Amino acid sequence: MSGTVPNSPAGAPPRGPRETIFEIGSPESTCVTAPDLDVPDVDLAQVMGGAVRTAPPRLPHVTELEIMRHYAHLAEMNFGVDSGFYPLGSCTMKYNPRVNEDTCRLEGFTGLHPYQPAQTVQGALELMYGLAQALGEISGLPGVTLQPAAGAHGELTALMIFRAAHESAGDPRRKVVIPDTAHGTNPATVTMCGYETVTIPSDGNGLVDMDALRSVLDTDVAAFMLTNPNTLGLFDPNILRITDAVHEVGALAYCDGANLNAIMGISRPGDMGFDAMHINLHKTFSTPHGGGGPGAGPVCVTEALSRYLPGPVAVSFDDGTFGLDWPDASIGRVRSFHGNFGVLVRAYTYLRAIGASGVREAAEQAVLSANYLKARLNGVFDVPYDRGCMHEFVLSGARLKRETGVRTLDVAKRLLDHGFHPPTVYFPLLVEEALMIEPTETEPLSALDSFADALIAIVDEARSNPDLVRGAPYTTPVRRLDEARAARTPDLRWRPSSA
Amino acid sequence: MLARVGVEAVDELFADVPEQVRFMGALGLPGPMSEVDLVRHLRDLSAANVPATQLVSFAGAGIYDHHVPSVVDHILRRPEFFTAYTPYQPEVSQGTLQAIYEYQTMICELTGMDASNASMYDGATAFVEAALMACRVLRRSSVVVAGTAHPEWLETLETYAASGLVEVRVEESHDGVCDPERMRALCDETTAALLVSSPNFFGNLEDLAGLGAVAREAGALFVVAANPIMLGVMAPPADFGADIVVGEGQPLGGSMSFGGPGLGFFACREAHIRQMPGRLVGRTVDADGNDAFVLTLSTREQHIRREKATSNICSNHALNALAAGAYLAAVGAEGMIGIARACVAKAHYLRDALLATGRFKAPWNHPFAHEFALVYEGDASQMHDEMLSRGYLAGVLLEAPDGRDLVLFAVTEKRTRSEIDAFVEEVASL
Ligand SMILES: Cc1ncc(COP(=O)(O)O)c(C=O)c1O
Repeated sequence: MSGTVPNSPAGAPPRGPRETIFEIGSPESTCVTAPDLDVPDVDLAQVMGGAVRTAPPRLPHVTELEIMRHYAHLAEMNFGVDSGFYPLGSCTMKYNPRVNEDTCRLEGFTGLHPYQPAQTVQGALELMYGLAQALGEISGLPGVTLQPAAGAHGELTALMIFRAAHESAGDPRRKVVIPDTAHGTNPATVTMCGYETVTIPSDGNGLVDMDALRSVLDTDVAAFMLTNPNTLGLFDPNILRITDAVHEVGALAYCDGANLNAIMGISRPGDMGFDAMHINLHKTFSTPHGGGGPGAGPVCVTEALSRYLPGPVAVSFDDGTFGLDWPDASIGRVRSFHGNFGVLVRAYTYLRAIGASGVREAAEQAVLSANYLKARLNGVFDVPYDRGCMHEFVLSGARLKRETGVRTLDVAKRLLDHGFHPPTVYFPLLVEEALMIEPTETEPLSALDSFADALIAIVDEARSNPDLVRGAPYTTPVRRLDEARAARTPDLRWRPSSA
Repeated sequence: MLARVGVEAVDELFADVPEQVRFMGALGLPGPMSEVDLVRHLRDLSAANVPATQLVSFAGAGIYDHHVPSVVDHILRRPEFFTAYTPYQPEVSQGTLQAIYEYQTMICELTGMDASNASMYDGATAFVEAALMACRVLRRSSVVVAGTAHPEWLETLETYAASGLVEVRVEESHDGVCDPERMRALCDETTAALLVSSPNFFGNLEDLAGLGAVAREAGALFVVAANPIMLGVMAPPADFGADIVVGEGQPLGGSMSFGGPGLGFFACREAHIRQMPGRLVGRTVDADGNDAFVLTLSTREQHIRREKATSNICSNHALNALAAGAYLAAVGAEGMIGIARACVAKAHYLRDALLATGRFKAPWNHPFAHEFALVYEGDASQMHDEMLSRGYLAGVLLEAPDGRDLVLFAVTEKRTRSEIDAFVEEVASL
């Protein structure tokens, strides 16, 4: 078997996993110790009213070297954007510029306490104000909050704003409409905001079905949520008719901005008739994904909705200073403090680096790269909604599965052996055996070509030796996992007995 | 590339974007910058701040100036960690997955709970998610909350409550700690949870045994918000019958960073795992029978369950959780106990010294850990300004429940006795 595995990475990855950190080191090992106590000691039981711990927590006992080796080994078992091509659709895995990592670590940023007096945080407030202005400009929606911690949190913030606006107009509503292409966070957010989800099917072109939309729009609909371009990578040419229809029944239009990378500088959601959107700074604005966060999900709204934004927001004063203020009809706080400031510094750094021209160029290149890759793969896989795509496109592995028994999941796993991170798979839900591919603007042509070559080779393998593909991966630190067992008998923490 | 795509100009690729919504103007943004100019600009902005870390700071109130061991940032800077996304492909994500599994274990050790999720955004949203989870578990509709919890957490909970998913009853009257009897009076058959923070916002320790009993009597879940560093020396909330333990994890290896990104930690009992929000990492085996880690129980989550999910959370604060794990490994139990003890001893030393000056009065005398509030006999904001000009961040100014000005002081292991002595001397001389 292994003799036929092509492209196994030159430096073979460590066969993992290694022991957990609880199983290495020795009871005497220490790394960082507490400073010597230079004030009189206290009797903890006495000063803390007796609520003291009797047994110490069982934490690792390791030296500094042991910690560094442990995490070095873990890191080597991980795949990031720096490791190779990462075309995870909908996630915009663009390169994370290193200068962002330096600027966000300046002590004048990291060392700020959130309750310092305003005169000591003028630079931070100026940065937040400048970033909010820029996002307002790019979105065409001038009211901006930087508070939300991620895209889903932004969605919720926006729906809360919609709720407040409807309620203050004496017109509370109960339903939110989404298309079947919507990301899972959209319906989950609808529920969390106390609304009921109404899902409409897409039309034959993968776009919003105007009749289906009209048939569910009534005066009980609070909002329509749409990702545009949508999760098939298609820009909806009917967008103005859509937002008009939504507004006609007094509902509000929400743009899930996860796909802003395709259109920034080219078309603004505010000009499309959207009333609010979130922006994933960890996608479009190059802040690292962190293995699953932290990100940031600023929300941009129309002038009319600005008064409902959560507080506080950074404002500028006539004398050139900056401060924090609360909109007059604010929905309140959606989290503690001022937002994921460290992430905001990175996004601001990126925006200043690329400037106005770079914003548009990034979108153009992202779309060109996606169309190029789609052209190379069209025919190798089926393209169920075959029209010009934006920054990503969705292929179907249904035919391959029918003909060879090899599923999209197998193709994804086999890509790992070729040194690529697989695309998003099995999403959006309306495409059978979906592969959702987003190359981003930062990948060189050579990366796109080798990825296309790898997929072509895998399809050939699927025809000549399907079992090979079904058994993949072979070269990764671990092989396919028993996920059923993980869910059936959850082992969610290490225990001495489980060693 | 254009030829392969079959177009002559990039513009043709945007044919689906109607003319009316094309942006034809110039974006009102500055032009691009060279790295030299960029770094200078960001340095200028950062230099326009006076970071608390360059002052002698006694500010806490939810974000604390603890020492961050060097190893933590060196680990975070590994690009394999920070440039990865959610570990959807476990075969090439064992690093993130194992680190989070270890983090989950450490949170369980600190809190005494059975299971921890992979993180929430911050303490405030973890607090809200705990309230929502309790309502799901018991199919009840309201929660009773101690008014001594962090005011921003209470505000966040109120904001979420506007959705109608949960009715929030806050016990507002308190003298620095909440009264179990008054909490009991707010409970009824709709009460899904009692939510309490200990240490509370004022640094005081609540009567967790008494409050836990009230929760049990009401048939409600007991939600305790804790400070993770103090859990090094405090009895784990599980000992008082806590069902869910949450908190702000920033003290575990996170810089203050103007308050974000922080880390919401979230732990619960085994019986309720399937109602938990957020990601969970579990251990299983791979096709060769080797141990391996994977995201599990995802049928709770938005990408599978959509409108029936336990939460809408997708991206969380994984890298902060990884940092917390690295921090706890670096300090170990001994270091943690030493750090917590130093914070408590120094806080008590400062409080005694401030009271001895006669310029401060104690609004109450409850047991506390590393943070306490005093009334300043004079104009507190003037005192704060004056001390700032002398290089001190004299705590955080608050209003007491009775309307008096309070100053909330937090002391971490970073403060030395000589800094504390000098601060007390200067503040006494004002
Ligand atoms: C289309 C879409 N919407 C919303 C989200 C949620 O964003 P976040 O993970 O930042 O909460 C995602 C993220 O994967 C997405 O792809």
